[in-house]
Amino acid sequence: MGVSILGLAWHSLVNRRVSALLTVLAVALSVALFLGVEKARTAARAGFDQTISGTDLIVGAPSGQINLLLYSVFRLGNATSEISWPAYQRLTARDDVAWTVPISLGDSHRGFRVMGTTSAYFDHYKYGRSKPLTFSEGRAFDDIFEAVIGAQLARDLGYEIGTPMVLTHGLGTAGLSDHDNRPFRVVGILAPTGTPVDQTLHVPLEGITAMHVGWETGTRNPLADTLSESVIRSFDLTPKTVTAVFVGLVQKGTLLRTRRAINSDRQEPLLAIIPSQALAELWAVMGNAERLLLAISGFVVAVGLVSILTSLLTSLNERRREMSILRATGARPSHILFLMLAEAGGLGLAGGLIGMGLIQLIFSLTAPLLTASYGIALPGTGLSIIDGATLLTVTVAAILIGVGPALVALRRSLADGLSVKV
Amino acid sequence: MEPQTCIELRDVTFAWPGEPALLDISRLTVSQGEKLFLKGASGSGKSTLLGLIAGVLSPRSGLISVLGQDQAQAGGSQRDHLRANRLGVIFQMFNLVPYLSVLQNVALPCRFSPDRARRVSENGGVTAEARRLLAQLGLHEPSLLSRSVSALSVGQQQRVAAARALIGQPDLVIADEPTSALDADSRDRFIALLNAQVEASGATLVFVSHDGGLAGQFDRALDLTTLNRAARRQRTD
Repeated sequence: MGVSILGLAWHSLVNRRVSALLTVLAVALSVALFLGVEKARTAARAGFDQTISGTDLIVGAPSGQINLLLYSVFRLGNATSEISWPAYQRLTARDDVAWTVPISLGDSHRGFRVMGTTSAYFDHYKYGRSKPLTFSEGRAFDDIFEAVIGAQLARDLGYEIGTPMVLTHGLGTAGLSDHDNRPFRVVGILAPTGTPVDQTLHVPLEGITAMHVGWETGTRNPLADTLSESVIRSFDLTPKTVTAVFVGLVQKGTLLRTRRAINSDRQEPLLAIIPSQALAELWAVMGNAERLLLAISGFVVAVGLVSILTSLLTSLNERRREMSILRATGARPSHILFLMLAEAGGLGLAGGLIGMGLIQLIFSLTAPLLTASYGIALPGTGLSIIDGATLLTVTVAAILIGVGPALVALRRSLADGLSVKV
Repeated sequence: MEPQTCIELRDVTFAWPGEPALLDISRLTVSQGEKLFLKGASGSGKSTLLGLIAGVLSPRSGLISVLGQDQAQAGGSQRDHLRANRLGVIFQMFNLVPYLSVLQNVALPCRFSPDRARRVSENGGVTAEARRLLAQLGLHEPSLLSRSVSALSVGQQQRVAAARALIGQPDLVIADEPTSALDADSRDRFIALLNAQVEASGATLVFVSHDGGLAGQFDRALDLTTLNRAARRQRTD
């Protein structure tokens, strides 16, 4: 049997397979990079939005909503001021509030943040799509000197259940200000979440107070170290302030009203924020970098397409005789154009498909690994409309790029007549 | 009955833009079924003449009638149609598409011309017709059909090219120095086989070569150097 026009294009390409494969590879890698950035961006966005869920309001001292979000959820930066214990108690007593979880920040342990809270935190803090915190080992704390550690902290420091710890006042790494007469020990290790919880050391609020006995003036009281553990336990360790409060409402419908009521508290200035709103605002700030990355990878795709142009142009000399034989055996100009454009489109399509396959392979290989060891889910990395649109765009762009070389081939084949002296 | 005219040229001139005339022929007539030998040294304008007849070049002036179609007046697509449907072309060398098999090369014109494809299918299909033509041109081996053309000798390649020119019963076969790369034995055999096939199909043959010794194997011989006034002028300069 004979061979179709498309078959001619295919045979011709196979005849030049090394350069064709290199071109397809260049396009494939550029498409894989673009789709990878796009999918990682979508996943990062989704993961970011799901750092905290199920909490209706976060209440802290007035600063800005991004600032409050950064230190209360992401453990970044410090609170400029705190809210009083009575203010926290008033919040808890509100009729429209179902639950509250106070948190107290400001101390660290070997570079990891220490957070004082109540055991209610482990019941109410949710991430992802309302996933609760779970213990991979041990249990929640129920004594002043018990601690629950995040998965990454446990892995990095090699801590296990029962490991004793010395907690540091302030955020320095170690040294002079070690609270060595207040021995904390690990009673629980949390499963990975992919959120800042993994890097946090959780202790009871009273534990934080106990750490600071003898430090009330801000410097070390020489008597502080002479106090025994039992003396410290006998003190009233109820904190005077907390850094922020996570709040859950009885009914979501009262969200805006409750927020307004808290923000206009007459006895103490308070700031209540809606986590999803603050997250969106924070993302808008960070989004510029991510869009820049996308633009750069878009340019890489353009470079990949230029390699198609290079390949077509360099093949023109090589194919000059081929084209004139085809013309002599009856090929019309439209056939020559079709041959060139089919080759351009074929290179683009093949590159796009391989790039898509490559990125799917990479995500399907790494996703289980990421989820297992870091608790990071990669949502939206499956095939999506973006893949289809990218494939279509790359193919159409490749065909358009092929128009120039196709016209050159056509003009030459017309000028060469029946004989080419090659 | 007077034989019908296959090719008629009258006062044809051709020149590349901005260059002196390459071709100037006052009159050339080829009858249908005739086997014409054109003797032409390189530079005599033979490739240009064949390009004009095949319709891949357009003359500056004059009339070129091929199989009843005025090539000088016809549009590009009409000339393409005539070439695809009714002409067969053989070159000096490098006739074959290197990445296609022998059979695919021979079948190529049927892909571009529905007329030829139809005539071939009336004769029993592309494969049968290609096999028949190759066999009659001395290429009998059945395994040859699927072989790569680069594995063939030059003499075999030229016979494959002849089979391709002849497939689908074209009315006119144009051969541009098809034997210049062959030794004397295979040259004479090639011409004999080509003539036999052209005769069998009733086609007209225009055979160009610089080797005047071949003239005796054709119905009529002409010297392009005397025919082409532009070449004559160049020589007297």
